[in-house]
This record gives sequence, structure tokens and C-alpha cells, in this order.
Amino acid sequence: MLNLLIAIPIVAAIAILLGLCAKKTALLATTLNLILTLALVFGYDQHSADLYQFTSSVLLAPGWKLAFSLGVDGLSLIMLLLTALVALAAVWVAPHPEKLERYPSLYYACLMFIIAGATGAFASLDLFFFYAFHELALIPTFLLIGIWGSGDRITAAWKITIYLAVGSFVLLVGLLALYFSIPGADRTLSIPALQALAMHGGIPQTPWIYLCLLIGFGILISLFPFHTWAPQAYASAPAPAAMLHAGVLKKFGLYGLLRVALPLMPGAAHHWTNLLLFLLAGNILYVGLVTIAQKRLDTMLGYSSVMHMGYIFLGIAAFNPLGLTGAALLMFAHGLSIAALFAIAGAVRQRTGTLEFAKLGGLAKPMPFLGFTFGLAAFAAIGLPGFANFAAELPIFFGAFSHAGSDLAFSNYQITTIIALWGVVISAVYMLRGYRAAFLGETDKRWTGLADLCACARPAILLLLAVLLVGGFRPQLFVNLVTPTIKAVLAVPAK
Amino acid sequence: MNFQYSLALDLTVLTLGLVLLLLEAFNDKEDKSFLGWIGIIGIATVFFLSFFVVPQEFATGQFYKADALAIFFKRLALGTTLLVLIMALEFRPILSRYLPAVGKNAGLGEFFALPVFTCLGLMWMASAVDFVMIFVSLELVTISFYILVSYMRRSGASLEAGVKYLILGALSTGFFVYGITWIFGITGETNLAKVSTALLTLSPANETAVLFGMTLLFVGLGFKIAAVPFQLWVPDVYQGAPTPITAFLSVGSKAAGFIVLIRVLEPFLNAPATAGRALLVLTALAVLTLIYGNLTAMPQLNLKRLLAYSSIAHAGYLLVALASWKTGHAPVTVSFYLAGYFLMTLLAFLVMVVVNRATGGDEIANFNGLGQRAPFLAFGMTVAMLSLAGVPFTAGFLGKFFVFADAIQTSQWLLVGVGVITVAAGFYYYLKVVRAMYWNVAKNTDPVLASGLTKATIGVLVVLIFLLGVWPQPVLQMLK
Repeated sequence: MLNLLIAIPIVAAIAILLGLCAKKTALLATTLNLILTLALVFGYDQHSADLYQFTSSVLLAPGWKLAFSLGVDGLSLIMLLLTALVALAAVWVAPHPEKLERYPSLYYACLMFIIAGATGAFASLDLFFFYAFHELALIPTFLLIGIWGSGDRITAAWKITIYLAVGSFVLLVGLLALYFSIPGADRTLSIPALQALAMHGGIPQTPWIYLCLLIGFGILISLFPFHTWAPQAYASAPAPAAMLHAGVLKKFGLYGLLRVALPLMPGAAHHWTNLLLFLLAGNILYVGLVTIAQKRLDTMLGYSSVMHMGYIFLGIAAFNPLGLTGAALLMFAHGLSIAALFAIAGAVRQRTGTLEFAKLGGLAKPMPFLGFTFGLAAFAAIGLPGFANFAAELPIFFGAFSHAGSDLAFSNYQITTIIALWGVVISAVYMLRGYRAAFLGETDKRWTGLADLCACARPAILLLLAVLLVGGFRPQLFVNLVTPTIKAVLAVPAK
Repeated sequence: MNFQYSLALDLTVLTLGLVLLLLEAFNDKEDKSFLGWIGIIGIATVFFLSFFVVPQEFATGQFYKADALAIFFKRLALGTTLLVLIMALEFRPILSRYLPAVGKNAGLGEFFALPVFTCLGLMWMASAVDFVMIFVSLELVTISFYILVSYMRRSGASLEAGVKYLILGALSTGFFVYGITWIFGITGETNLAKVSTALLTLSPANETAVLFGMTLLFVGLGFKIAAVPFQLWVPDVYQGAPTPITAFLSVGSKAAGFIVLIRVLEPFLNAPATAGRALLVLTALAVLTLIYGNLTAMPQLNLKRLLAYSSIAHAGYLLVALASWKTGHAPVTVSFYLAGYFLMTLLAFLVMVVVNRATGGDEIANFNGLGQRAPFLAFGMTVAMLSLAGVPFTAGFLGKFFVFADAIQTSQWLLVGVGVITVAAGFYYYLKVVRAMYWNVAKNTDPVLASGLTKATIGVLVVLIFLLGVWPQPVLQMLK
């Protein structure tokens, strides 16, 4: 079943390249994927003793114990669900092939390859394929930004590609060093086997290896100060590419921390907690202030997506049930909200040709639907109660704050949590300012005649928002899914 | 006695070469491209037969190895020659433009016959484990290359390339022979197995002399594999030579250079007196080659030149694997890497020949808009470039994966650090070609046509690159 989930987008991409109707094929493939993912979510047995279910494995290189093995647990399931939802929405809002000036089929094929890469990375239980699938998405991104991007697309495409290539190779070095730090006979690339090994203390807790992983994953997540590739790339990328990248692909690094780095090296992770707290405060405070200073909607959204990574890092740094659950949930919620925001920004750019705040204004009048949904998505991103983001951020703050210091002084965790709470205010400032500048106020004469989002594309955005609301009112649905995984992560002895 | 079988492969290729030469001399037809077809069929047959040869450590005389490694490199040589001949057929129109011949298709016969002899030399190099044999096979390869490189007699660039290759090649051969005499002077042996034994009981008084000899061998072989600082000939010769020959040089000559390097270095790396310093030299060469090859490739505007520097860069990664000799499986890593390198480099050259014929140049700008003009060719080139850069699911990535794994296993952190930076540089210059094909717009939008054979070959190479990228086992099995 998981094989099918990865194969569908790839087959669809090839079919599109061979000349099948691009939009219909892509929509069909992503819908199929969503149905399959939902079937997996409902078919997953939370009470089973096996954490990983729907497993399959094909041995490819016995010398390395390298196998193409797939399998999912609750955490991978919500990531797959996020991928399927954002994928469907991204393909839905993508411009019609006839409106694309060049290579219309390649555009959709690139999107399908990104989807396949993300799906494969979240479903892989083998370190090699876990890594390889993620990098598969790098090249389609390069093409998407380079061919169909806007603004300074050339710089942006080069920057994201080279930056992420470096990050990936640092990560690869870390993974290989981890592999070779294990005594000879136990070496394996299988993630469940490695986790079992870690349970028995079979993995040496070498701090610098964890640092390699943290920096490698950190570059992919846009951890401060390795974040500069993200805003520019998202601002230049076509809307569907930005949705998939900011919404789904960037979560791969966080997923990797939760799936590989933390459960295998909790002892080494502990060594770098203060560094991580410092960097994530940079994400929230420094990048947050930079976000306020933005003068364009797209770069503001790009920076905001970097900033929100700080909260997820805070949950990961907290390393307790509350914090990790919140982090997992926020990965999901943030993916949906940022995807909705980029979709709306893309639709606005298509109509106005610019996203500069100084030129926009009063757009809610000619485009009530876009204005209304942007408001909802912005509220979600800020973390207003009722949206999944709130339900995720709250446990993160509680989880992080519960690391009490000595009697009188705040611990580093608590100081960082207080900074992070200010981050919510910062988010509110820039999101609301952005909303006011773009959608409220006097409507410029140039914009009065603009059409609202056509009815056929509306369900894509409504779908994302609906799931956000479901997550806000019934977070338990998702919490139940990830609880066994979080328990397993925390059960590893951190000697 | 499988000795005969393995040798039979070499002898068949020799016969094939002689037959082609005789046909060329005594056939009156002006168009001699049928020689190319005979060559292709003959080489393909030998390549197919090579899979039935059972590897064996040694045979009589101990100067001719027929182990798995030797047979693997014979296959690489055969595969390269096969693709070079296919390219040569596609390259005919460009070639005849630079020939002072009367007819349109005259004077092309030797262009199909000589690569077969080069192939014989490369195959012999894969088996040679005696300095005399190594020298003879090396010369067979080099001399046929002297002719092939300067084949386009009316092209100044081709002649310049020929002269450069001749002078520097002769110089490096001189170094190599001089090195052999020093080793022979100390150990009294030319057979590598006996040299190895002699080195184990080396008296300290002779250490300096052996190290001097070893250094000279490094210089000679460094030229063949295009390691820095012996790379000066590479860019000009690659750019000037006919493109199929450039491909031959960059894959065949390099692969054979590495198998000889492995054979020659083995005694030095296993002897405690010389091992440390041999590894030091390898590490230094690897660092220099990685940095120089990758950084100089970045500003290149001509694809042939870019691939020349890329060939230097890949020599750097291969040297990293050799510098991690202590893992005990450096030859396997090198062989696997070369198998991937063989597929992706020849794929790039094959597409380049077709594009050159249609657009009249090898500049990266000639590839502008190829995605529209020839989607399949552009796809093939993209796969080649991604594999060269090291994107997962391609043979190139798995090759780099193994190289990095070896370096990490032996804690070569300097090499790992330099490697991460140079890989990023590689992403830049290989993607420059992808950018030209898809981002940029062509002035001329006529479709670029390729022959059926070429298209089929491109398809096969693409499939093999992906297959090897996820399923390395068949190649690893061959090397056991």
C-alpha cells in the first residue's frame, strides 16, 4: 500500500511527461493519494504492539543491510496526511497548463516528483531511502523556481539548491558517522533496528555526531542562522511549489529529528540543548522582528514560516510528552496554514502582478473570498484558539516551561519559553499588519475590477482551513495517533 | 584453467582490430562506416562473452591477473569502446569537415579501427601485474591516443591537443619508467607480487630510494588519472580532441589508470615502511584534485571543458577512496564509482555529440532551450548531470555515498570536509547545464534529431544509471 502511495505520483509524472492531460492526471493522482492516506490513517491500529505497520521490505545490498523498507507509525501518518492534503491543494490551485508559457507538462511533473519525494521520505524505514527521497525533491524545486518563478528567481533558485545540497551532505556525513560509530556487527540502516539498538544502549552517544545531524537537519528546516535561503526562495517560487516546500518538505528536517536524531541519540542531544534553545530564540525573536520589517507579502510569509519553526524546535528541545506532542501537531498545523497562505498570496500575485504592501490595499472588496480566507489562515498562523496551531503551541509552551530551574531563577527553558510567548505577539503584529496593508483600507483604482478566486479553485483552500479547524476543536484525533511514537522516543535511555 | 578464457577476450579484440585495419586497407568503398558497425558488433559480442569468464587469481607466469577486478575493468574498457564507436558513427559529419580528404566520407576508416586497439591496451592494463607488462600496455593505449586525439587534421585545436598530449604523455612515461628502474634497482624485481614481498623486508637504508621511486610512479600515473598537479594537459586536450575520443580519454583512460594505480600502490600500501607516506601523498593529491577540479569547473562556459574539469574532480573523489585504503575495500569502492562514472560521463558525451552536430558547438549556450527542441535528449543530459552532481537514486550518488562512507570509516575528516564543499560546488556547475536546457530560451527552435541507435543507447544508459543508483548489488557481486 505504501509502495503504491509513492508509485502513484511517479507514474503520474511520467504519464504527464508522455503527454497525458497534465492537470487532470495530477488531480487524479493526488486525490487517489489522499484516499489511500486516509485509509492508512483509519487502518492504523493504535493499540497494537507493533509501532510500525503496513511494513514491506526488499533487500538491495546485503553488505550494507540496505533495504527498501517502508512502514508507518502515527507520526509518519500525520506527515503523510499533511503531504496528501497540501499536494491536492497545490495541484488544485496550480495554473491551468494552457496558461503556462513554457513546458506545461514539466511543471506538473515537477510537482508530482516533489510529492513523491516527500511521501517516500515520510514512509521510509531505511536511513538511505529516508535521505534519498528527500533530496529527490531538490531538483524539481530548482526547475520550478528557475523556469516559472517570479522576481529574482535565478538567485533564489541557486541559493536554495546549493544551500540545501550542503545541508543534505552535512546530514549525510552525520548519518554515516552515526552508522560507523556503532560496533561492527550491529551496523544497520534500518530505522526500527537502530531504535531497538538504542533501547539497549547500543549506540554510542557522541556529541559531535548529533551536532552534525542537528546542523544538517537544521539547514533543511531553516534553523537560525541557516535560514536565509528560505524567504527568498518562497517569495520567488510559483505558489504550488512554495506550498509544497514550506508546507511539507521543510517538515522533513523536523521529522528527521523526531524519527532519527532524538530516539537514537538522546544522550548526545542533551549535550546541545542550550545551543538549540539559543538558536531557536534567534528563530523566534530575530527572524520575527525581521518579518515585521518586510515590505512585501511573499517575503513576509517566507520569513514567518522560518520564524514558526522556532516553536517546533522549542517543543523538541523540551523533550517531554507535552513538548513533543505539541511539536508533532504544530508540524502538521503549520504545514496546512502556511500552504493556505501561500496559495492565497499566489492568487493575489496572479491578479495584481505585485505583492508590495505599498501598492496593495483594500483587496478584500473586489476579492471577498480571498480576503476572508487569508484572514482565517493568518489567524491560524498567529495561533488563535479554534485552530490546530493553538492546540499545538499551547502544549509546547507548557512542556517547555515545566523544566523548572533552581528555586528562584528561571531555567534556560523557561527564559526561552517567555521569549517564545513574545513571539506570538510578534506574529500577531506582522500578520495583522500584512492583512491590513493588503486587504483592508482604501481600494486602489487599479484593483477595483479584479475578479475573486474562481469557484473551482476555492475548495482547495477551504479544505486546508477545514482540517485546521478540525484540529483546533478535536486535537485529540491527532494526539492519539502520535502518542505511541512519542512514548517510544522518550523511552530510550539517555545514558 | 580459466587463464585462456580471460586471455581469449583480449585476443579476440586484437583479432577484431586487425580485421578492421585490413578491411580498411583493402576495401575500395569510400564510405567506411560499416567498419564502425563491425566494431560495435564485435566489441558487444566480447562484452557479452566476458560474463562467462570465471575469475581466477593468477595464471601461469604470474604476470597476468584474471581476478574479478581485472575482468570488471575489462568490461569497463569494452563498454567504453562500444559507446565510443556508437558516438563515432554519430560524429562522422563533424569529423569529415576537418579532414583533407576528397570525398565526404573518405578517410574515416582508422577512426573506427584504432579505438579497438586502444581497448586492447586498456584490457591488458586491467590484467597486468608486472612493470614490464604495465609499461607495454600503457604505451599501446597512449600511442593510439596520440593518433586519435589529433585525428581532425585541419582543426588547429585538435592538432594542438595532439601535440600537448604527445609531449606531456612522453614526459610522464619517462617519469614512470624512471620510477620503475628505482624500484627494480632496490628490489631486483619487476613483478608486483615479488616487489610486495621484497618491500616487507626493506632495510631502512633503502627506504629513501624506494620512496623516491614511488613518488616517480605517482607522477607517471597521476598524469593518466588527471590528478592535480599533473592535470595541466587535460582541459586543452579534452577540448581539442574529437568528442568521442574525449569521452574515451575521460572514461577509458582514467579507469585503466586507476586499476594500474591500485595494482602498483598495493605493495607500497601494504608495506609498513612505505604505507604511511603513500597514504599521505594520496591524501594530499586528493585534497588538491578535489579543490582544483571543482573550483575551476565553476566558471567554465564550454561543456567539453567543463567535463574536463569535472573529470579531474571525479579523480579527486576516487583518490579519496584510495586514501581510505585501511577499510580494506578501496578497490571495490573505486570500481563501483567508476562504473557509475562510466555510465553518466558517456551519456553526457553522447548527447553532446548530437547537439554539436545540430548546433555546431560545444558551448553550454548551445544547449539553450534543448528541453523544447529535443525533450528526450534534454532528459538524458539532465540525468547525466544530476548523476555527476550526486543526486540520490542515481549511480553517481551511490558512488559518492560509498566514497564518503570509506572516508568516514577511516576518520579522514579533512577529506570529508573538503568533499562536502566540493560536492556543493559540483551542484552549481552541473546544474548550469540543466539551467541552459530548461531555463534559457533558444534562438533556433528546430528539433534536434538523433539516430535510432543513439536514442536507444541513451535510454539504456538512463535506465542503468537509475538501476545502479538503487540496486548496487549486481556490481558489488561482480567484484567479489
